[in-house]
Amino acid sequence: MKTENQKAWFFVLPVLLLVAFNALIPIMTVVNYSVQETFGDNLFFWEGLGWFEQILRSDRFHAALGRQFLFTFLILIIEVPLGIIIALSMPKKGIWVPVCLVTMALPMLIPWNVVGAMWNIFTLPDIGLLGYFINNTLGIEYNMTRSPVAAWVTIITMDVWHWTSLVVLLSYAGLVSIPDAYYQAAKIDGASPWKVFRYIQLPKMKTVLTIAILLRFMDSFNIYTEPFVLTGGGPGNSTTLLSIDLVKIALGQFDLGPAAAMSLIYFAITLLVSWLFYTLMTKDDAK
Amino acid sequence: MAKITLKNLRHSYLPHPKGAEDFALKEIDLDWQDGGAYALLGPSGCGKSTLLNIISGLLHPSEGRILFDDKDVTDLPPDQRNIAQVFQFPVIYDTMTVYDNLAFPLRNRGVAAARVDERVREIAEMLEVTEMLGTRASHLSPDNKQKISMGRGLVRDDVNVVMFDEPLTVIDPHLKWKLRSKLKELHQRVKATMIYVTHDQTEALTFADQVVVMQEGEVVQIGTPVELFERPQHTFVGHFIGSPGMNVLDASEANGKVSFEGQAIAVEGKVTGQGGATQVGIRPEFVSLSNAGLEARVRKVSDIGRHSVVEAMVGDTSVKAVVEGDAPTQGEAVHLAFRQDQTRLYRDGWIATEASA
Repeated sequence: MKTENQKAWFFVLPVLLLVAFNALIPIMTVVNYSVQETFGDNLFFWEGLGWFEQILRSDRFHAALGRQFLFTFLILIIEVPLGIIIALSMPKKGIWVPVCLVTMALPMLIPWNVVGAMWNIFTLPDIGLLGYFINNTLGIEYNMTRSPVAAWVTIITMDVWHWTSLVVLLSYAGLVSIPDAYYQAAKIDGASPWKVFRYIQLPKMKTVLTIAILLRFMDSFNIYTEPFVLTGGGPGNSTTLLSIDLVKIALGQFDLGPAAAMSLIYFAITLLVSWLFYTLMTKDDAK
Repeated sequence: MAKITLKNLRHSYLPHPKGAEDFALKEIDLDWQDGGAYALLGPSGCGKSTLLNIISGLLHPSEGRILFDDKDVTDLPPDQRNIAQVFQFPVIYDTMTVYDNLAFPLRNRGVAAARVDERVREIAEMLEVTEMLGTRASHLSPDNKQKISMGRGLVRDDVNVVMFDEPLTVIDPHLKWKLRSKLKELHQRVKATMIYVTHDQTEALTFADQVVVMQEGEVVQIGTPVELFERPQHTFVGHFIGSPGMNVLDASEANGKVSFEGQAIAVEGKVTGQGGATQVGIRPEFVSLSNAGLEARVRKVSDIGRHSVVEAMVGDTSVKAVVEGDAPTQGEAVHLAFRQDQTRLYRDGWIATEASA
């Protein structure tokens, strides 16, 4: 006979409380706002799913969501292959390993708002090193406060500079864990460098790459600080990503209901894409 | 298929080796006959894997040449030497099916699809993995993975030599035996030269026709399992092969007369050479308990099934004897007799008696 008692709950309680305070309660507050309307004075009126309907039908939301997906897509398509290529060309042993690793890690150590400010000054056409060089030395007009294309090129470049290292470091960790015997066997089997990459290196990097892509997806999809400091969402609305738009609605216009509904939709999309991606990538292993 | 000749081979992992101790391989001269089953036996760190990697081309020797059928291949990369190697840990291409794994070395060499199919099915049949051909290789058990690694080596019918680098390390004991007999069977079917590296004497002796024993970068003896057991050329071989190993007893020698612990010992034949440190070597199997002979006191008796290993002290030296039937008890005084034709003298480690006629 097993003796049953409920004492175990006391051990779980601290965690439950912690999770409640840092996740459940804030989210429930947002859920609460998302179904109500307020005109101040702490008076709330039931709104049902009205805000959700309004957000989902709004052109402004569609545009911001489109820009968000475009941004994430662009940085992933650049950072992942670039990260793999850099990881592949890094030395595997010797004194250059720590040098490379530390150099790679540096951009990630810089606070996000500093990155934004750095790139803002760096690209100024009159005094910025890069901005001045492109405008005056190369003679190409480049001003991200005027041209949406320039603004996009700048935020993408900035993100690539800031975060490619993450993909590099994770891929590198995957690469160095491959035993020498695999490379020796491939040599004996007469495999070309491409086949070595395709059948040995890539499969062995799959787990770390899945994590890298997942992290880069979530981070870039929720990105706020750097583009906010760099472009403030402009020129016009051309770089107003979802998070920037959300803050405008919530804190700029103080429309708590629509902002709450938008937050939840935003959260659901992030969760859904992450889940889909992870499930697809790990499907083969489960078999 | 080819005969492999190693000429004055030396290798050091240091860029500028100075003394002999800097060399992982010291002066190797060896001929591997076409179609032979060889084992390269020695303790960990004796240079056997180094030698293997030099033959396969994964390492370039510091000095010396490697010839395949009198063709110098020292400077050729592994894929141009037409060799196959099976590693300690199974190397398989995880994302491919078993079929694609086996076909990989052939496809890389541009073999026609029909021929690839024929060879893959033939090898799969031999290895008894036909029903797994469609499975993803990553889902196999370790022993099957190792079979696939072997299969990739055997699938090319033009390989000069198939090399095995301790291939059974990660295999469960009861499957080791199965795979080992499979290997032996494969050797008889494909008739390729095979070199099997191991530190396990059982694996070496059951697999090979000829065993090459190595120690500290040198070949100590080459011979059939029987030769290695019966007439070790070096005390190391005596120690290393056999369980328990050979008794190697410090002895003195003067004018062809050998004595151990103050008593004269009759050795197999005429003593050669002179000076140096001398030892008497005799296998425990040839030491018997008798009424006369060396006086000894039994220190330990281990029952190992069909017979017992008796460890007895002659003076301060322990001598092991394999005894059939009733064994003496601990502390008992006994007399030990050495069988003369199996008693040899070693001078500085190397044999120093002529075989009895």
